[in-house]
Amino acid sequence: MIVNRKPLTFWERLYLPAIVGGFKVTFRHAWRTLFEGKKVTMEYPEQKWTVPEGYRGAPYLVRDQEGSTKCVSCQLCEFVCPPKAITITPPGPAGRLADRSNAEKMPQEFEINFLRCIYCGLCQEVCPEEAIFLLKDYSITGHSRQELIFNKEKLLSLGGVHAGVQKWKHKAEEAKEQEDFPVKV
Amino acid sequence: MDLKFIIFSVVKIALAIGVLHAIAAYAVLVERKVSAWIQDRVGPNRVAPPFVKYIPIIGPVLTRWGVFQPLADGLKFMLKEDFTPAGVHKAYFWLAPAIAIIPSLLVIAVIPFGSYMGDQKMVIADLNVGILYTFGIVSLGVYGIVLAGYAANSKFPFFGGIRSSAQMISYEIAMGMSVIPVLLIAGNLNLSTIITWQAQHGWLVIYAPLSFIIFLVSGFAETNRLPFDLPEAETELVGGYHTEYSSMKFALFFLAEYSNMAAAAGMMTTLFFGGWTLPFWGLDQPAHSIGIGVLQIIIFLAKMCALMTVFIWVRWMFPRFRYDQLMDLGWRRFVPLALVNILVTAIVLWAKS
Repeated sequence: MIVNRKPLTFWERLYLPAIVGGFKVTFRHAWRTLFEGKKVTMEYPEQKWTVPEGYRGAPYLVRDQEGSTKCVSCQLCEFVCPPKAITITPPGPAGRLADRSNAEKMPQEFEINFLRCIYCGLCQEVCPEEAIFLLKDYSITGHSRQELIFNKEKLLSLGGVHAGVQKWKHKAEEAKEQEDFPVKV
Repeated sequence: MDLKFIIFSVVKIALAIGVLHAIAAYAVLVERKVSAWIQDRVGPNRVAPPFVKYIPIIGPVLTRWGVFQPLADGLKFMLKEDFTPAGVHKAYFWLAPAIAIIPSLLVIAVIPFGSYMGDQKMVIADLNVGILYTFGIVSLGVYGIVLAGYAANSKFPFFGGIRSSAQMISYEIAMGMSVIPVLLIAGNLNLSTIITWQAQHGWLVIYAPLSFIIFLVSGFAETNRLPFDLPEAETELVGGYHTEYSSMKFALFFLAEYSNMAAAAGMMTTLFFGGWTLPFWGLDQPAHSIGIGVLQIIIFLAKMCALMTVFIWVRWMFPRFRYDQLMDLGWRRFVPLALVNILVTAIVLWAKS
């Protein structure tokens, strides 16, 4: 494509319109920023942006509506995790039982190394129990490397109760509906 | 050469250099603030020594305005590692920052920054060839930059140095010629006398506006400010002539740039805006009391700072000139224009007499 360059008129070649225009634009912006508070930046630690829905923040373990651990130590997330940030220690044959009735076991230890985590969300996608979710935390910092390896307790406390998805409650409801299937009149 | 003269000269030199450095440091802050406002940002608003937060109201406001930022910047420059790259010419490498900053400090020697304090004239050296001295010294400033470019022994600083030499030499001609009408009108080279003339007849910017415009634009070029900052040109030449410099050596170049700016603004104030005078309240007469003397120094500094603000404002307004455009503007616009200006002024003055 050939851009047609018009020769400048005498008035334009004096640079004066450009100078006046420059003063006008810069003055307008300075005025708006100074007196009308129309700055575009955010003063970060004091002001924070609203994290949008579907944001992929830090992955945390969640509890179900009764407050018991949802994770059943299947190790799928550990297996799928691309940077190998997740380390799960299963309970073993003589380990503690799960703290809810419809699960066989729960992890003895569950660690996420936030130095390695890339916030990809594959753990959330792969989890059959919907026990791990990428929540909205985005500023994970610490003073040492050890501090950034979060253990099970910490992950559970940060994740909290996830009321949105209640897999086993829905399963139970589904089962009930199945029992009632031939609709009794 | 009596003792009193020496003592007062030393005091004046110390004060002038101190104030100049303070102005240079705070010009950096103003630069950052103004650029921030123009670009819809806030600018430096965090730095403060720990005790400041205990001062009610004023403390937070000062912090917000970034008043302590230059102190932090200075401290940072002093504490940084002074790195000398392997391939540099050591002697020149050390010499260049000093050569860059000395001319900018020498220029203020002839600028009258006030009338009288007691019986002391408020100018360090009241030379009767004031302007010629200034141009002589200002042209030395290019050596520091060229030497820095050469000493670094690497491509980009070298380009910066080369560009700077060509640019500064060409604009010096236009700058020198732009002042001649002023000298013709005022009829003297002594800067104090030029101010006295302006006090009687009105500011010279009214008599020689074209001279002022050429002087201002050449001033941008001489001080390596945008739109003529080709020697630095961050986007093309990394950092230009001071790419290889760090720590206090870099700070000296930085300081030299802002001192040059202050000196250019001071020159313009003296030549075109009546120096320390104001045309009302009897402020155009030499002071008889200390109070008026101080007030006139403040007037001078205020005018100078206003002009420096223009320098800073313009920097955030225009893109950089291309090299051929720069040379075109210097040689084919300003030099002929300045010549015509001299001619017309001379003819008008001749017709009047």
